[in-house]
Amino acid sequence: MKLFQRLVPWILLAIALFILPAALDDFRLNLFGRYFALSITALAIDLIWGYTGLLSLGQGIFFALGGYAVAMNLMLNTKSLAGGNGIPKFFENYGVDQLPFFWQPFWSPVFALMALWVIPAAVAGVVGWLIFRNRIKGVYFSIITQAALMVFFHFFNGQQKLFDGTNGLKTSTTELFGQLVGSPDMQVWFYRLTVVLLPLAFLVCRYFTSGRFGDALIAIRDDESRLRFAGFNPVPFKTIVFLVAGALCGISGALYTVQSGIVSPQYMSISFSIEMVIWVAVGGRGTLVGPIIGATLVNYLRSLVSEALPEAWLFVQGALFIFVVVLMPDGIYGWITKGGFRTFLAAFGIAKKAKTYPQLDKEAIPVD
Amino acid sequence: MELFFSQILDGLSIGSVLLLAATGLAIVFGLMGVINLAHGEFMMLGAYVTYVVQSAFKPMGGVIFELYFPISLVLAFIVTALIGVLLERTLIRQLYGRPLETLLATWGVSLILIQLIRSVSTAMMLGIIVGVVVGFLLSKLLGAKFSEKPFFTYLNGLGWAIAIGIGLVAVNLFDQIRPLSKAWFGPRNIDVTAPKWLQGSWGMIGTIELPGLRIFIILLSALLLLATYWFLNKSVWGLRIRAVTQNRQMSNCLGIPTDRVDSITFGIGSGLAGVAGCAITLLGSVGPNLGAAYIVSCFMVIVLGGVGNLLGTVLASLLLGIIQSVIGSGTLLTIFPDMPLAAKGVIEFFATTSMSLVLVFIFIIVFLQFRPNGMFPQKGRSVDA
Repeated sequence: MKLFQRLVPWILLAIALFILPAALDDFRLNLFGRYFALSITALAIDLIWGYTGLLSLGQGIFFALGGYAVAMNLMLNTKSLAGGNGIPKFFENYGVDQLPFFWQPFWSPVFALMALWVIPAAVAGVVGWLIFRNRIKGVYFSIITQAALMVFFHFFNGQQKLFDGTNGLKTSTTELFGQLVGSPDMQVWFYRLTVVLLPLAFLVCRYFTSGRFGDALIAIRDDESRLRFAGFNPVPFKTIVFLVAGALCGISGALYTVQSGIVSPQYMSISFSIEMVIWVAVGGRGTLVGPIIGATLVNYLRSLVSEALPEAWLFVQGALFIFVVVLMPDGIYGWITKGGFRTFLAAFGIAKKAKTYPQLDKEAIPVD
Repeated sequence: MELFFSQILDGLSIGSVLLLAATGLAIVFGLMGVINLAHGEFMMLGAYVTYVVQSAFKPMGGVIFELYFPISLVLAFIVTALIGVLLERTLIRQLYGRPLETLLATWGVSLILIQLIRSVSTAMMLGIIVGVVVGFLLSKLLGAKFSEKPFFTYLNGLGWAIAIGIGLVAVNLFDQIRPLSKAWFGPRNIDVTAPKWLQGSWGMIGTIELPGLRIFIILLSALLLLATYWFLNKSVWGLRIRAVTQNRQMSNCLGIPTDRVDSITFGIGSGLAGVAGCAITLLGSVGPNLGAAYIVSCFMVIVLGGVGNLLGTVLASLLLGIIQSVIGSGTLLTIFPDMPLAAKGVIEFFATTSMSLVLVFIFIIVFLQFRPNGMFPQKGRSVDA
């Protein structure tokens, strides 16, 4: 089992790098690129939920902020999309003839590359600190993050003059290095970029979940009060981990945006942010490989079901939520590594039963 | 000033719709600690019950038709309460003490309910019935023979999977028959016409007109709130509910049937959501996505008011309603025309429905910085209170 756990990430990486590009056509490869981009978000949620016990329903904020940062830069630097004043055309629809001030720095690609993870991280840091400082936790944390999500959603949705409102920013028609971002060649490059960044995100998460910092996170998850009584202040730990998760979500959102061709306020809808949580739950929270498997599998399933029977997807998704929560709380990867598969085989007499000592339910335990 | 008062009245009615919706949630969340994300969908179900009752009464016409609304209020309560009890008995019961898991599971339920309303047809209903019946039969059959075996759980799961498959096949077969395959509601919005006695004005106070609909909703929410208060504080079951809330184990030891208390609490919470949905049909057309619009605001009301406190819920919902209505309509500008330019710019910036929501949510988050447990925090000595 140990060897298996050690090999799985490498096997997955090899499949993503060599087998998938050879086996799939451009369209499918692009889909998998998106799944891997979403896997980074799943990793981030695993970091804060699986390890620290903070169920955030607002990760869509950071995801979309990353996406918007990239899209703004791409739109500004595309000559063919520029209107009269050299600013993106959609501004003309709303009678805006000057670029809003906060768009200005996005002319620079370097700034945009920094902004796509620094801005989400900063927002996450501030929001997180404000919440954690007051010892708001558990379901209250979830509700507040959801409210924060609604703030951002309504803001981006309502401000047509600033962000083109509901329409969102389209990136597939923009240009990068003289090529259309939506062109197959570029998309293959984005796929490669995603496949390189996903293991990096994995390493970042492993760095934060191992060692003393990781122990503190798990302590917060399992009993925060006790950690506090032991003389630790949980606030910095929680804030830092929430901030890191925000940055990861930003990167993920940027990668997803360039591959899906659009960023819109829909990325900040309530349902999308809750969906992200279920990817982690399906894969296995509290493990680092699980979320990647979960995000890829669930989204692949989504494509399959939506192509065959669009109306059925909500049924499947709803059933998935209930099934995973009630019957498979460790997720797929957790089920395998925690001996669920072995128990399954043992129940049919194929594998040997695991030895337990003492058999608490059968033998009387001597008292004194 | 008149404008201001009518705006306040408007805010009060928005607030009382919120209050209607949040009262049920306050019971379920405040007393049981269960996060029910399907609460909005129970409201939606209540709205659809109203629609069905209205359609049934339409052919009768005349005075009888005018009476459909009170009947649909009662029916909406009963139907959603029964569905709530069913949900509690089958799903929520397994997840007590794990609020985050409950949150995810009820979200799954809400997705299923939304899609069910969108695509339900007679064929689908028949298919579901076939699937459930086959599932129970298989489960009983397998249980009689293998219930002692270690692999029974997996076998049972397989049995249910087969039952679901048979149900799907049945849906497809029934779908071939034309009249059965027609969707009952479809994905579109439905319209409920308010009865005549609710339309129009209910008199004047000074120069301000009292729109019947809004006054009716305010009265209805006040009445329901009083009823809830009476039930919780004066009735026997209310006493039991409060006892279980305070100390579940001790109540159990003293002979209070805690599982029935749970079912009743959840049922009443869901039933109130149904009534809220029924009232919402008066305000405009409703669709399968109705719940999403209210659920976040409802939770905000509860967090702001203080969990498990009805008075807090009332104040918070009315406050939110008034802020939303006064800011969102930009009334402040008309009342105080000569305010400084900067303030004017800010108010204009927030003077749309969605931007006023932004302001309200920011206000709540800031408020929680000073009173993290809401306006009326629960008193307790536990560390994790």
